[in-house]
Amino acid sequence: MNKISIGERAFDVVNVTIMLILMVATLYPMLYILFSSLSDGNRLIAFDGVLLWPQGFSLDGYKAVFSNETFLQAFKNTFFVLIVGLIINLSLTSFGAYFLSRDGLLLRKPIMFFIVFTMFFQGGLVPLYLIVKAYGLLNTLWALILPSAVSTFNLIIMRTYFQALPKELEESAFLDGAGHFTILFRVFIPLSMPVIAVMILYYGVGHWNSWFSAMIYLRDQELFPVQLVVRNILLDNDNANMIGTSTLQHSQSVAETLKYAAIIVTTAPILLLYPFLQKYFVKGVLVGALKG
Amino acid sequence: MTRLTKDLIRNKWLYIMMLPVLAYYVMFHYVPMYGAIIAFKQFVPAKGILGSEWVGFKHFREFFDSIYFFRVIKNTILLSFFNLLFGFPAPIMLALLLNELKSSWFRRVTQTITYMPHFITLVVVAGIIRYFTLSDGLINDVIAFFGGERVAFLQQPESFRAIYVISEIWQQVGWGTIIYLAAISGIDQQQYEAAKMDGATKFRQIWHITLPGIMPTVMIMLILSLGNLMNVGFEKIILLYSAGIYETADVISTFVYRKGILEFDYGYSTAVGLFNSVINFTILLLANYFSKRVSQNSLW
Repeated sequence: MNKISIGERAFDVVNVTIMLILMVATLYPMLYILFSSLSDGNRLIAFDGVLLWPQGFSLDGYKAVFSNETFLQAFKNTFFVLIVGLIINLSLTSFGAYFLSRDGLLLRKPIMFFIVFTMFFQGGLVPLYLIVKAYGLLNTLWALILPSAVSTFNLIIMRTYFQALPKELEESAFLDGAGHFTILFRVFIPLSMPVIAVMILYYGVGHWNSWFSAMIYLRDQELFPVQLVVRNILLDNDNANMIGTSTLQHSQSVAETLKYAAIIVTTAPILLLYPFLQKYFVKGVLVGALKG
Repeated sequence: MTRLTKDLIRNKWLYIMMLPVLAYYVMFHYVPMYGAIIAFKQFVPAKGILGSEWVGFKHFREFFDSIYFFRVIKNTILLSFFNLLFGFPAPIMLALLLNELKSSWFRRVTQTITYMPHFITLVVVAGIIRYFTLSDGLINDVIAFFGGERVAFLQQPESFRAIYVISEIWQQVGWGTIIYLAAISGIDQQQYEAAKMDGATKFRQIWHITLPGIMPTVMIMLILSLGNLMNVGFEKIILLYSAGIYETADVISTFVYRKGILEFDYGYSTAVGLFNSVINFTILLLANYFSKRVSQNSLW
């Protein structure tokens, strides 16, 4: 008995050590960005090695982000897409889920197949692009909203949830003379808040993260969402118009911290919110997995 | 009246509710699927999809004969293969280790932290990768400190796959454990009690109870990953690659993007994309078929 417990203790020590290393490996890149964003740009450029604390202290990067027109406009665009997108996402997904969770509909099975088939086979990037163009959505924010109005995966999650609600609810509402829309909005949705929360998170994160559709569908910079602006700053070093400072040296210094500040500004909201929402995300993954 | 008309009339409100959803699927999935026939046409935007001339398999032949064919297929398969080889077992191992943690507080903290990168946007992850791998970036500073030579990793074709796979694991390993942890929590605890009575060590318990317990989940996840084998995360590649490393980084979907969206070669790029979709679909069917025969686990 004693022998096992020594072995087990060794196992526990190794296990905890592995976890600690993993946590450091996960957190350090994020901390590095945070420290860099708070550093003095010139000292940061000169600095070599493992950053354990901000080099000097300066909020110039953040000031540059928040005083910049392009960035502020990008936030407005992203919020528009987020709000309008979510309204469309949630209505269509709950309509679809309600329909697909009803019994006794002749066309339910064929329609289900019609929908699920799109998970496994798509027309492809270029035909979708041409169709979006043909609908006249090119260079409008609708191009970021309509092509992803329903996620089949989310639709199935919600349908699974609706199916699990007791059948008597619907029947008694029917006897009271309620129609399907009333049942959906007055009975089903109030009872489905956990899954609605999951939907808001999934669709919301999707809108927040999206940059590729913006890159291919939008031309005017005034329409760009946050992620595309951040991409241009981070990867194309497109920050010439971001910094309105006088001397070259100062602008180089701001350009350096601006990149990191931009990362923090766009990442922090989600990372700060997420620990509180973790259980909903986890629930979403699990409900989704049941009927993959 | 047929049964169908009766059904439609009786449930008219339900069907009306479904109408916008169906309209979405038709407009943004089936119309593009139909649009994919330009893979067999010499597509001229002015003539439209219907009006353009048929050219049969010309675009496909062109692709198969081009110097890019072998390169993009090889890159797609290798990148996916390495990603699957290292990325698939990683969350399973982490879930097994997390499950053995004694302190539930420590376990929760580990989970919360390792889930975090999942929520960092791809654009930012790509930015972090870019800065860390610069020749004066963090990784090179560390290499130089130990006397090594500085290397501009992202400019080097031979580093790309490692960068891709490692960053993928960094971002997804924690999140990937959720599904396995749920499967583990469904295992009957009495089995462990019995094993302990028989003097089974930790490793033997994991090997003989936990692993078989989560096998059905592992199989389903494997089928899904195999079905996505030819769908490497192309947004990440577009964010990271540059012409200098196309040799290893250019995959089918990035090739389609460049040819179609950037070079306006619509018919050709659609043909390449269609080829990719058909292969994907076939692999998924095969994976599902084999899994059904071997382990009774399947998607449908």
